[in-house]
Amino acid sequence: MTDTSAGTTHRRTLRWQQARVVSVRDETPTARTLRLALPDPRPHLPGQHYVVRLTAPDGYTASRAYSVASAPDGTNEVELTVERLPDGEVSEYLHDVAEPGDELEVRGPIGGGFFAWTGDTPALLVGGGSGVVPLMAMLRHARAIGRPDLVRLVVSARTGADLYYADELAGPETTVVLTRADLPGRPRGRLTADDLAPLVRADEVVFVCGSPAFCDGVTDLLAAVGVPVGAIRTERFGPSG
Amino acid sequence: MAITRGFTGRRARDPRLPPGQYDARDEWPVLHIESTPALDTAQWTFGVEGLVERPVSWTWDEIHALPRSRYAGDIHCVTTWSKFDMTFDGVSVDTLLEAAGPLPAATHAVVLTHSGYTTNLPLADLTGGKAWVVWDADGTPLTREHGGPARLLVPHLYFWKSAKWVSGLRLLDHDEPGFWERNGYHDRGDPWSEQRYQGD
Repeated sequence: MTDTSAGTTHRRTLRWQQARVVSVRDETPTARTLRLALPDPRPHLPGQHYVVRLTAPDGYTASRAYSVASAPDGTNEVELTVERLPDGEVSEYLHDVAEPGDELEVRGPIGGGFFAWTGDTPALLVGGGSGVVPLMAMLRHARAIGRPDLVRLVVSARTGADLYYADELAGPETTVVLTRADLPGRPRGRLTADDLAPLVRADEVVFVCGSPAFCDGVTDLLAAVGVPVGAIRTERFGPSG
Repeated sequence: MAITRGFTGRRARDPRLPPGQYDARDEWPVLHIESTPALDTAQWTFGVEGLVERPVSWTWDEIHALPRSRYAGDIHCVTTWSKFDMTFDGVSVDTLLEAAGPLPAATHAVVLTHSGYTTNLPLADLTGGKAWVVWDADGTPLTREHGGPARLLVPHLYFWKSAKWVSGLRLLDHDEPGFWERNGYHDRGDPWSEQRYQGD
């Protein structure tokens, strides 16, 4: 593991602030993006996350972390994409109740330099399911700075309907793999070494994000096609509501 | 604290749950930043170094020859899940420190691991029956993804302090932040005080 202190949250107090929901957008039947306006915006790196805290009238609170999906764009707004989890008390609220004009308590950006991309080095991005969210921030950032050539994004989803950001994925820098539906030229099935091998380049970082099983599976595939384990950075999305 | 419109929260909250936590029930989420190392027990060692009378290191067999100690209770992760009624078997950190003899100047420790991850703790959070090096969880060997063959267990603090693939302790006369602490997480991490990030 590369130990780094390059994160923008370096030893800094993270204050809670009241964000305003600007807009909401459904990505898939189970994923929704909230665009938030921040009174005290801080620049984020693609790969970082925010914590959202809900407070009930009796003082009970529940908080969860959500990856930033948007690229740093110089505005006071960020987008978080939230997967709706069964019985997830925060994600269900954000899907069923939150609407434009609501105030939500948030803090961030959180996450060190380890799983964050600064946009100045090439990188391979491999995401499974909701794990695509922080990687999409990286792809969007690469496109925004006019360097889409720096990244290759591989996305694995169950079916086309489960694909986040589907209308933005088209492009030479993206590869879509569906595990339960056929694509032209690629029958359904899990990501394989053959999918990854043509995309791997020497001396670059690979960001892998998804479930623990996805991350371990992809790490094994990458190792099999010659990527040094030390070049692989994973972020595991365990169950959280 | 601002009330969130339309949020009522869960009723009948379990008193064992620290604020902001939920009961993960049968799940044991896996969250770590590095690739899961494949360490076999022949490679594994654990050492105590730094401000001690005599640096000590144990192999897998040697540490298993020490008196066993069990923790039975709850664990809490900063990512908001908690698990109740776990059991972990291993050896008390008190036993390990006793062998090395901490010098009076030692006040803090940096936890070292075979993956390169580090985390910091006041020595007082590692002594007095509050911390273990463990290799079994709920009666079965710790899996790789949960830190096998052995991890630190400091159950009264958030679980990023319970470093996986632990390789040792370095005793210091000052606090030296580890990986997550340098990246915004709290230096102590008490779940009951919600010490999640710097400044909490």
